[in-house]
Amino acid sequence: MKDIYILGIETSCDETAAAVVKNGREMISNVVASQIESHKRFGGVVPEIASRHHVEQITLVLEEAMRQANISFAELDAIAVTEGPGLVGALLIGVNAAKALAFAHHLPLVGVHHIAGHIYANRLVTEMKFPLLSLVVSGGHTELVYMKEHGVFEVIGETRDDAAGEAYDKVARTLNLPYPGGPHIDRLAHEGKPTIDLPRAWLEEDSYDFSFSGLKSAVINTLHNAKQRGETIDPKDMAASFQASVVEVLVTKTVKAAKEYGIRQVLLAGGVAANKGLREELEKQFAELKDVELVIPPLSLCTDNAAMIAAAGTVLFEKGKFATMALNGNPSLELK
Amino acid sequence: MKVLAIDTSNFVMGIALVEDEIVKGEMITNLKKNHSVRVMPAIQSLLAECDVSPKELDLIVVAKGPGSYTGVRIGVTIAKTLAWALNIPLAGVSSLEVLAANAKYFDGFISPLFDARRGQIYTGLYKYHEELLEAVEQDQILLSKDWARKLKEKNEKVLFIGSDYELHKEILTEELRELAVFAPPSLQLPRPSELALLGMRKEPENIHSFVPNYIRLAEAEAKWLEQQQK
Ligand SMILES: [Zn+2]
Repeated sequence: MKDIYILGIETSCDETAAAVVKNGREMISNVVASQIESHKRFGGVVPEIASRHHVEQITLVLEEAMRQANISFAELDAIAVTEGPGLVGALLIGVNAAKALAFAHHLPLVGVHHIAGHIYANRLVTEMKFPLLSLVVSGGHTELVYMKEHGVFEVIGETRDDAAGEAYDKVARTLNLPYPGGPHIDRLAHEGKPTIDLPRAWLEEDSYDFSFSGLKSAVINTLHNAKQRGETIDPKDMAASFQASVVEVLVTKTVKAAKEYGIRQVLLAGGVAANKGLREELEKQFAELKDVELVIPPLSLCTDNAAMIAAAGTVLFEKGKFATMALNGNPSLELK
Repeated sequence: MKVLAIDTSNFVMGIALVEDEIVKGEMITNLKKNHSVRVMPAIQSLLAECDVSPKELDLIVVAKGPGSYTGVRIGVTIAKTLAWALNIPLAGVSSLEVLAANAKYFDGFISPLFDARRGQIYTGLYKYHEELLEAVEQDQILLSKDWARKLKEKNEKVLFIGSDYELHKEILTEELRELAVFAPPSLQLPRPSELALLGMRKEPENIHSFVPNYIRLAEAEAKWLEQQQK
């Protein structure tokens, strides 16, 4: 069978990225221009500034991805681009660049869901085994996604309020840690002890949904009350206690769903997958489940990148699911 | 020489194909619809109608702003990517200059304008000199009231052009009286064929570093700079 080469483009938030992937599994190039330094001074991603940076970077990143892959447009089979969800102004840069490229070189165009991309980052590490379950945790998402075959997604659990990554950022701000706060909490958590009693939101008995806003408020209240009493709480212990609560809920629900759905493979996906505490606990729990393979992609594939978009796009390409020149950025695109 | 011109900097969407100074095709709409959905299909159908394939293009010209941030970005992103992918030059033209080009036979100053909210306008001052359009005052954003005062000092006829002038007509007339002239509806929309012709005379841009002329900093950036100075 002929090899399939797809150029992926991702601009849904604050990374401008392009990559070439072979057969949906082999990364030929992977270029990411991060804007994080620019947004740090604002304590978060500013949409208008993100959009401006994408315009500055887009052709540079595309050129670098093509150069590293040492490939010509004639050798490409399709262009895959993140269609949503994300910041609308940011999505529009990738989508319109992708359409212009597809038009210029008569290539098919494929619109990819950002979360499908995060899940398919795992396919660049190892082949997928169905049925599988993916735990997606990032700044904007906390989801458990069930897949019985390629390209078909069923969200069995999702957050009802804050995403896990969002809770991390808010707690980090309360602890006066710099943006982005996730890695700082993870680091502090390893130095401290989970001695503070914080809630775990299990929700209903049979639910795989998540909720982190209660936990976030509990952290803020605990710190506030201690301050009023003139006591000090070691930020390391608070970070450890907060992380223990998040990780326990995420891992327990993932293990439960893996058993209930007769899952063969569990894939970790999204930026929070970089979290050491989460990785360690998943590894520990799944070591006991002999029939389930746990896959944790390397850090560079957990955060936003375009190789994952090309990988997910390859499956859509094979199914003949093409987009037209009217493709638009969709900030609230649903995963199906 | 086949030139594709793209303007999505405001509600008006304009696409033109010009071949050796002959306008082959032009499409203009003035609708509050989504550029991101409509521009590429419009380019596709115009080129198909003119029997020109993308690989035959020799130059891409784009209206680089000022205007709606998102609108300008869509046009600039498409133009940059097309020029880079086809390995052909890219030219950028002020969105106001394109509008001013409609007033070729007006003897006096030309003030193209777009509304910029809160009493402000994006405008510049242009004049035809031996059939060439020249910028007298650079593109800027200011209160229409202040602009009218500035123009009054020049004591010469000024043609206001752009459908947004309706929002500022009273202020402009009050200050300038009979010096203020207003363009008719048929000349209110920037013409992408003019954009193409203006672009053919410009120096090509560096494709990678080419960005819209927003005129204004992003709000968050402006606030941040203000705080740094305190
Ligand atoms: Zn992401």
